[in-house]
Amino acid sequence: MSSYPQVLFKNRRLGETVLLPEYEKSGGYQGLRDALKMEPSQVCDVIKASALRGRGGAGFPTGIKWSFFPADASGEKYLVCNGDEMEPGTYKDRQLLLADPHQLVEGMAIAAYAMQTPVGYIFLRYAYEDCSQRVERAIEEAIAAGYLGRNILGSGFDVELHVHRSAGRYILGEETALLNGLEGRRPNPRSKPPFPAQRGLFGKPTNVNNVETLANVPHILANGIMWFHDLALNPESAGTKLFGLSGHLKRPECFELPLGITLREVVEEVGGGVRGGKKFKACLPGGASTPYLTAEHLDLMMDFNPLEEVQSRLGTAGVTVFDEDTCMVAVTRNLNQFFARESCGWCTPCRDGLATISWLLDRIEFGQATIDDLAMLKDQVRNISGRSFCALAEGAMGPVEALLRLFEDEIIDHIKQGKCPFKR
Amino acid sequence: MIELLPQQQIDSFKARADAIAHPHELIVDLLRAIQSHHGWVPDDGVLLTAETLGVLPVEVEEVATFYDKIFRRQVGRRVIHVCDSICCWVTGAEMIAEHLQKSLEIGLGETSADGMFTLLPTCCLGACGDAPAMMIGLTTYGHLTPEKIDRILADVRAEVQE
Repeated sequence: MSSYPQVLFKNRRLGETVLLPEYEKSGGYQGLRDALKMEPSQVCDVIKASALRGRGGAGFPTGIKWSFFPADASGEKYLVCNGDEMEPGTYKDRQLLLADPHQLVEGMAIAAYAMQTPVGYIFLRYAYEDCSQRVERAIEEAIAAGYLGRNILGSGFDVELHVHRSAGRYILGEETALLNGLEGRRPNPRSKPPFPAQRGLFGKPTNVNNVETLANVPHILANGIMWFHDLALNPESAGTKLFGLSGHLKRPECFELPLGITLREVVEEVGGGVRGGKKFKACLPGGASTPYLTAEHLDLMMDFNPLEEVQSRLGTAGVTVFDEDTCMVAVTRNLNQFFARESCGWCTPCRDGLATISWLLDRIEFGQATIDDLAMLKDQVRNISGRSFCALAEGAMGPVEALLRLFEDEIIDHIKQGKCPFKR
Repeated sequence: MIELLPQQQIDSFKARADAIAHPHELIVDLLRAIQSHHGWVPDDGVLLTAETLGVLPVEVEEVATFYDKIFRRQVGRRVIHVCDSICCWVTGAEMIAEHLQKSLEIGLGETSADGMFTLLPTCCLGACGDAPAMMIGLTTYGHLTPEKIDRILADVRAEVQE
């Protein structure tokens, strides 16, 4: 348990799930009551003023996304929660839903009112059956209590939520692929524009937000934007963030921490330091697609802008730590194999490019590469970046680009020695 | 012929499909229901899905073959998905996968001789804090060691045979 203020995890007890009476007792559904007293556009304004940024990896300002949404358009409109959490190193949404799933239900009811989307879907990945069952129970409780269904809390507004259980594949986390998945179409991504806000689910205006993003919404409505702002240690930022720690740490667990906490504190204090008395070598700061950070970055703030300034990203804040004995070529090879396998095959740079990078990293790791292979690796990265149909291949280039930028000497050692220098 | 899905469930899917504007949205649900009852989705399962929802077989097949958790080939009575993504890999996933292959006497992608287990590598299971991890059916197991795996396999075997 962290000593910092707990918001999303304030009711969390490992192995248990909070039911409606306890959630209400801790202030639950007050945010929804407050929201229903406002005009829908005022709710969007509150979220905009709160500076909440998307917690699913991209960090786009949530209130701006909401204010682009054509809430006044007539006809069907949809709200979708992206719970496909499948980027290696990311497991925070599962922890949130296992602990206190009503936060998502309430957040979706508020978002539905703000954007006037009476029908919502919660898209959950295959491996999260445990979450699906808990979310379904929370929905049933909320319907019985009048927070969902017809005329919620006497407001005249209707909200219905459905859970969709998926059947695998990382690409479904890409929002347009997810929409195809919900429709029961082959889930290749769609071209953008049109963006989902114009033409989304079943061709209708659709807003897609991540689980943690929506779960923050009720707390902002109930406690105010200044409160939310003060939760962050970085004065330019706002709110807490769920950090899922993994890799070579003594305490590889999920923690709620303020945005702006230093990487050093995350690794050395919260995570208990590197296992076996070894030194910290590098980490993925926020999932498999985020460029590595090294020891020189330990005093940086873990937040959206500070990490972008060093050519990395906060991503989902799933921090995977590697100790000093880890071969970064081998790490990158493993990450690229993931992206290559999960490519949907739609566009050539991703389908063929990632396979070529896998082949080159195999050659380097197994000591079969020449210096020409290094040149070809750089060439491939240059040719894939910015040329793929969706963000999957762009994300796959994160660790490869960082390997070339931060660990080129390790690649050259592999080539010179004709073997992996980390293997005896 | 082995039953793909009880008639009652087929009727219920048919009624739902008739009541909604976009019956395609039930394709994944119905494929999962058939798999849950029958173990995997044979060609007849694709045809049954198409017929029940009033969509084309090719529309079902292009969905079925996209997802790695829809099995279009026969699998054992329980499928083991062993994670090979980064957090599990740095905490011993290769050793875990080797132990599973040795104890089941099969390679990755194969089914044990008694038809009990199919072993498949998978991407991240969202259990990164509990690495190394695997999933059997819909249950995730973490903090794996060879001894723990032996116990889990024995327990699952006993449960299936009951």
